[in-house]
Amino acid sequence: MSRLSILTQNKAQMTIEELYKDLERRIAASPPGLCPVDLSVSFLKLCHAQSCGKCVPCRIGLGQLENLMEDVLDGEGTLETIAMIEKTARSVFNSADCAIGYEAARMVLKGISGFRDDFEEHVLRGRCICELNQPVPCVALCPAGVDIPGYVALVAEGRYEDAVRLIRKDNPMPAVCGLICEHPCEERCRRSMVDDSINIRGLKRFAVDHAGEVPVPKPAEKTGKRVAVIGGGPGGISAAYYLALMGHEVTIYEQRKKLGGMLRYGIPNYRLPREVLDKEIEQLLSVGIEVKTGITVGESPRIIDLKNQYHAVYIAIGAHIDRKIGIEGEEAQGVISAVEMLRDIGDNDMPDFTGKDIVVIGGGNVAMDVARSAIRLGAKRLRIAYRRRQEDMTAMPEEVAGAMEEGCEMLDLHAPLRIEKDEEGKVAALWVKPQIIGPLEKGRPLPVESSVPEKRLACDMVVVAIGQGIESRPFAEYGIPVKRGVIDALSWGGVKDIPGVFAGGDCVTGPATAIRAIAAGKVAAANIDEYLGYKHIIRSEVDIPKVRLENRKQCSRTNMKGRYAFDRVKDFQEIEYGLTTEEANQEAHRCLRCDHFGFGIFKGGRVDKW
Amino acid sequence: MVKLVIDSKAVEVENGTTILEAAASVGIKIPTLCFLKDVNEIGACRVCMVEIEGTGKLQPACNNTVAEGMEIYTNSPKVRETRRVNVELILSQHDCQCATCVRSGNCKLQTIANDLGILELPFKKVLPKTKWPKDFPLIRDYTKCIKCMRCIQICDKVQSLKIWDVANTGSRTTVDVSMNRKITDADCALCGQCITHCPVGALRERDDTQRVLDALADPDVITVVQVAPAVRAAWGESFGISREFATVKRLVSALRQMGFSYIFDTNFSADLTIMEEGSEFLKRLKNKEKETFPMFTSCCPGWVRFLKSQYPDMTDQLSTAKSPQQMFGAMMKTYYADLLGVDNSKIFSISVMPCIAKKGECALPTMNDSGAGQDVDVVLTTREVERLIRAEHIDVPGLEEEEFDSPLGVGSGAGVIFGATGGVMEAALRSAYYLVTGENPDPDAFQEVRGMEGWKEAEFDLAGVPLKVAVASGLGNTRKLIKAIRKGKVQYDFVEIMACPGGCSGGGGQPIHDGDELAGVRAETLYGLDKVNHLRFSHENPAVQECYRTYLQRPLGHRSHELLHTDHHGWEMPKME
Repeated sequence: MSRLSILTQNKAQMTIEELYKDLERRIAASPPGLCPVDLSVSFLKLCHAQSCGKCVPCRIGLGQLENLMEDVLDGEGTLETIAMIEKTARSVFNSADCAIGYEAARMVLKGISGFRDDFEEHVLRGRCICELNQPVPCVALCPAGVDIPGYVALVAEGRYEDAVRLIRKDNPMPAVCGLICEHPCEERCRRSMVDDSINIRGLKRFAVDHAGEVPVPKPAEKTGKRVAVIGGGPGGISAAYYLALMGHEVTIYEQRKKLGGMLRYGIPNYRLPREVLDKEIEQLLSVGIEVKTGITVGESPRIIDLKNQYHAVYIAIGAHIDRKIGIEGEEAQGVISAVEMLRDIGDNDMPDFTGKDIVVIGGGNVAMDVARSAIRLGAKRLRIAYRRRQEDMTAMPEEVAGAMEEGCEMLDLHAPLRIEKDEEGKVAALWVKPQIIGPLEKGRPLPVESSVPEKRLACDMVVVAIGQGIESRPFAEYGIPVKRGVIDALSWGGVKDIPGVFAGGDCVTGPATAIRAIAAGKVAAANIDEYLGYKHIIRSEVDIPKVRLENRKQCSRTNMKGRYAFDRVKDFQEIEYGLTTEEANQEAHRCLRCDHFGFGIFKGGRVDKW
Repeated sequence: MVKLVIDSKAVEVENGTTILEAAASVGIKIPTLCFLKDVNEIGACRVCMVEIEGTGKLQPACNNTVAEGMEIYTNSPKVRETRRVNVELILSQHDCQCATCVRSGNCKLQTIANDLGILELPFKKVLPKTKWPKDFPLIRDYTKCIKCMRCIQICDKVQSLKIWDVANTGSRTTVDVSMNRKITDADCALCGQCITHCPVGALRERDDTQRVLDALADPDVITVVQVAPAVRAAWGESFGISREFATVKRLVSALRQMGFSYIFDTNFSADLTIMEEGSEFLKRLKNKEKETFPMFTSCCPGWVRFLKSQYPDMTDQLSTAKSPQQMFGAMMKTYYADLLGVDNSKIFSISVMPCIAKKGECALPTMNDSGAGQDVDVVLTTREVERLIRAEHIDVPGLEEEEFDSPLGVGSGAGVIFGATGGVMEAALRSAYYLVTGENPDPDAFQEVRGMEGWKEAEFDLAGVPLKVAVASGLGNTRKLIKAIRKGKVQYDFVEIMACPGGCSGGGGQPIHDGDELAGVRAETLYGLDKVNHLRFSHENPAVQECYRTYLQRPLGHRSHELLHTDHHGWEMPKME
């Protein structure tokens, strides 16, 4: 017998490791709308299988919790069963020896407090209040409900124009979204259960890139109804487009020189080239939309004026006000806001940062955008100060990685304290307090001050990118309800007690994504149409290809590639390459067609029109 | 010293004291279940949970130590609820049919559940269906096991045999024979220490009382019973009588009431063992160059099983002398049958032993030299005899003292100390001295080998011959000793081994007192009996002398060889892989 030996995994252990990975992906692809009690029992069963069996609470307690929860699901439980579950879980939590036991019990307790209604429904009425209301995960998770399996199938058939037409039924901006959409559709893609999610955004982009000119449909007969859209961002444009298609006379009022909103004044050219944006907007406008730029609704015209002149008003002003960080020295010369900087860039008014040492404060996509733009504008050194850890940043991981490749330094766990000025009132340094990552608060880790002394980051400029607010004042004055700084609109886009006024997008939700603004525009268009007394139907008339009965062998996901960092930092040209035809073809064939297979063929698999 | 507060009582204890001990020091008895001091301190049952101010979750008192300024609650609402739920959980996977349980009334789980006033079981009952060979001397009941892991620990840490282990994982975790073996294929020594350290009725001896009752009921059968030395020091423990009152003579009286035909004392054959084994040792000593030393005693069948499975190459170093039980059995069905003038096939030979391994030993294929079946037909443990006494509703406090039957009821003080670790060695040395010198030594000359220490050694001068001896009890100590011998670190001439810690008085068939080790106390009783016996030397036992004169002729003689010695290679032990 040797005293020590090297541990090696046997085949069973290696296989189980693979199964763990399979399960991780499966959990990630979990369909929405499942019974939380049923899922909890399943989780519990897994937790129980992890038990080493040494201690009573874990070895027996978790099993008895399973029995009790099964009773609930079988309709054999009573309210006392729920109380018993709570008591038993509490005991397991309080007395299990290690995390295998007490964390399993915590999950049960969390479920009892998080979905007690579901437990009660089962015991009191013997039924489940959950139902699978959207069986196609990508469609369910796309805010605009785009027919994703449909257009992926069209791409697979090489019918790119039809793909664009089909997308436009629900989302008029496929070119924009093909480049910058945060693609929530990919999150629970069922293909993850096999290997990995479909690269949906990549396929959308591929369709647009290869479709050529796709004319917009002919609008419906003129209704004579006039609609004003305040704000020419993605939400406003979408609403305007659908309303115009429905035959209404639409005017967009835009504060800035050009349409596009945050697409133009927030997202730099290297992610969304202006020619793509301009072309898409131009195409949508071709349906017949009047545009008034350089007009700030508020003083002149007043909202009341628009309300009087138009049959309906859609407020889609977005969130364009920079949020102040509120630290000492914020007024120093050389402190700018991200909104301000990106706005100038949007109007092609490029600042010169040659030789500048810049610190960006923030961890979102906007912080990455300004940092990467500043590098392109000549910054000598670029640091990003963020109070949490890098993995806690809200920016998409590929944005963070991109920024780092381009030379941005990530200073995580650095909380800004104050800005030091020189005699002339210019920025001399940003003082930060190193943090230590602490407990979770609402699921996010909270940074706490560490004992490490303050640090001085000598620099020439500080860019504040900690979020945007909404210019809601003029609307509040008119009587439009404002709650916590955002316009308080209803889920269908209407504003309570003010018929004919609708609102949506960032100005209602706070800063969010383009696709959510587009979805809000679509919802508003439908409901404004109804308000105006019509029920125009939007459809695509595109035939969806039949499913292919082919073997769904495992095949990994193809990803987009990009320009080398060395080259891309030199200009604002686009940094991402679309999929090749070979890649797109392979990728499109990976789609599992949940619109046909599974529940999709039975109910809710396709929405042809709205 | 550490100052703390437990249930509002100020406590001051030494640093490193457990919460359990600290509480006990001020009279607060925190209930425990799986805890076994120094052996099982793994906090598995979660019954001894306490609340420590400011720590959130509860902590087990058995394996956490106190700290300055701690405020501990042993009965806060949280503790009360948790302790109760945990006991209810244990009961949900325990066969609670206490009426048919061997440990009813002496069960830690029953006591705790009763103390907590648990009258209903709120959880679904789930019992395993695994089967166990019913004819094996050691019985495990899967439906009663509460997975406290004590058996695993006692076998690993104290006995070093690792017969038990955790089997399966997750919800199906249980305790079973290690390495997925069947117990019949395992190298179990049958020491029974797992039984005497089980808090519930999951482990017990195979119950042979019915076979004895059947024999007693048969008018054609002559029931002859022998009582081992260590049994007399423990049989009364569960009857609420004092040690002074619980004499072997009252046990004889009880056995006679039950109807046994003849009641004899294993001390007789212990003396016989000394004659044979002592002579064998002296013979080997004379042939020092050709023999391998040390010679090992062979009276403990647990030890014989251990040596044969763990170090089979040393089997020849065992004395060929049978154990007293088997010598007695052989004599009963030959010499004594002749004395009675009966057909020896009518004799049903029973022994009362503090031991599980004896049940295995009596059934060995080599233990049938009398020519009338097995020399010993049934072995009852002390606990089974206790149960028989209860079953026969004998009024134990009202028992009068009665004598053993003659002539095999005569035993010396040297024989009675066989029941304590070191006793065989001491008895052997007393007679060896006589056999070498022709003179008796001071009977207490060799008391250096007494005591509860696990590995003792001593040197004596046997009329000019220096003698180095060692005594070990407990198989963990034994393994250490054997390893040392094999590595040449120690050299001995004669070694006594007993499988159970403390020897037979701490045997696996003795009454169970959870958490208390009584081998020492019982040994004192045995040494007391030796002291007051007018016979202190085996060779002076007149019954033994008579037996040699009229039947055996001489130690190591032809008849002795046939009846009193055995071939340890005559049967196989499952070997350690």
